[in-house]
Amino acid sequence: MEIFKGREIFAGKASGELLFSSMPISFYGGVDATSGIVVEKGHPLEGKCMAGKVLAFPNGKGSTVGSYVLYRLKKAGKAPAGIINLEAETIVAVGAIISEIPMMDKVEFEKLEKLDGKKVRMDASGGKLEI
Amino acid sequence: MILDDADKQMLAGKFGNAAKKSMEILVALGKIYWAERLAPVTSVQVAGVSYDNLGDAGLEYLQELAKDGKVRVLTTLNPAGMDLENYRALGIGEEFAQKQAKVIGAFSKMGIIPSCTCTPYFIGNKPKGGEHIAWSESSAVCYANSVLGARTNREGGPSALAAAICGKTPLYGMHLEENRQAKVMVKVEGEISGTEMFGALGKAVGERIGNKIPLITGIKSASVEELKSLCASIATYGGTSMFHMHGVTPNKTEVPKQEIAIGKKDIDAALSSMNDEGQPDLVALGCPHLSMQEVEKIALMLKGKKVKIETWLCISRQVKEEAQKRGLAQEIEKSGAKFAADTCMVVAPIKGRFECVASDSAKSCYYCRAKNKFRTKVGSIEKCIGCAISGKWD
Repeated sequence: MEIFKGREIFAGKASGELLFSSMPISFYGGVDATSGIVVEKGHPLEGKCMAGKVLAFPNGKGSTVGSYVLYRLKKAGKAPAGIINLEAETIVAVGAIISEIPMMDKVEFEKLEKLDGKKVRMDASGGKLEI
Repeated sequence: MILDDADKQMLAGKFGNAAKKSMEILVALGKIYWAERLAPVTSVQVAGVSYDNLGDAGLEYLQELAKDGKVRVLTTLNPAGMDLENYRALGIGEEFAQKQAKVIGAFSKMGIIPSCTCTPYFIGNKPKGGEHIAWSESSAVCYANSVLGARTNREGGPSALAAAICGKTPLYGMHLEENRQAKVMVKVEGEISGTEMFGALGKAVGERIGNKIPLITGIKSASVEELKSLCASIATYGGTSMFHMHGVTPNKTEVPKQEIAIGKKDIDAALSSMNDEGQPDLVALGCPHLSMQEVEKIALMLKGKKVKIETWLCISRQVKEEAQKRGLAQEIEKSGAKFAADTCMVVAPIKGRFECVASDSAKSCYYCRAKNKFRTKVGSIEKCIGCAISGKWD
């Protein structure tokens, strides 16, 4: 078992398949708030659904309304189970807090790419990710 | 991060759920950006007001917060998705109107002034130099930092709301002197005047320097309206939340080593890049919202005339009411032009209703294209009103 250490942004436990994106995500405009599917043209995750996944991406981008999109996803049952960022920023961090989605950052991000699709367990409270 | 007793009590839930959730947001942001502590704020501007952006989940979050949440400082709102009174004339449906009213209701219950404008500095939310504030709305943030000399990061809707409820914000980024220094000198050559040219300048500069803070030189004077237009476009096209303008803005800065020049051909290129083919079917002024002086100018141009094209004047309710008292609003409405108070062409749900929008605003062009797939025309206020009257752009 491989273990990664990171920094807690919002405490809590999550488990699921790891969904990895090398590109930042714009939740406002880039993700369909009712289905959890990435709709941004040309995005590496275009057409993929984030519901129930542990979603790893470098950082958020775009409008700050994106925080509410995460909240809408959560209410629709389509939110990611957990979020891992390279560097947390305001949009996604606030979205995770108001939606109560466990979140951490500052993990060895580039190593996560090859783990895409693997079952992972994260405990944001301890800043721990288990593969 | 150092928290004082009141911060800790809020975090523990002693001031209720809304304060707890809000303090969690502030502490997390403080941690992410290595803030030493939280600083008291004197003013907040909250974005994320249009139901078009919030949806039902956003509305639900606001209603949840409003159960026991009260703001602790002067707080105003960004534009909503519609004119709160005159929405039918602007073609907004009843269902949307009811949801939008609920959003405003939740904000009002928290003690927020339901002003709905991107120019809070025209209606009494005008912080002084050096004050820590928490504003969202990129053009207002840029205006507060650059023109007023107040200090704010570019907050999101929820983080600004959290600051309003706790009366504090984490001390990082634009609150700290060392992060407010210019990184690139922008030498402007040639005469720049009018809101459309200052908007084009913001686009030209923003696209060249991104989110770096510029020191702009070569501009002798700039009106409040020209600065408002520049703030809106430089933030939209580049992402910066502040600029220095030699001889115009109040903040001190080091003189940067890196230097670029912006000449007449750059301004012309920026203007022509926003002018698409075809004739406008909407003339929309007031991005950011119109000042009293702009309303006076427009009223004078429209006096005794009729508009041939749908014409929207986007404005805060307070400035509109002032214009009514002075008889200017009636003059304008007699021409067939409409006020869109509390809202604007960017946040109202008008996708599909128009094809080509004329304005004096580079920011409006950006969002009309990106959000609504409209074609755009940009020109002076005179040119836009002339087009509304004649029905032709050229």
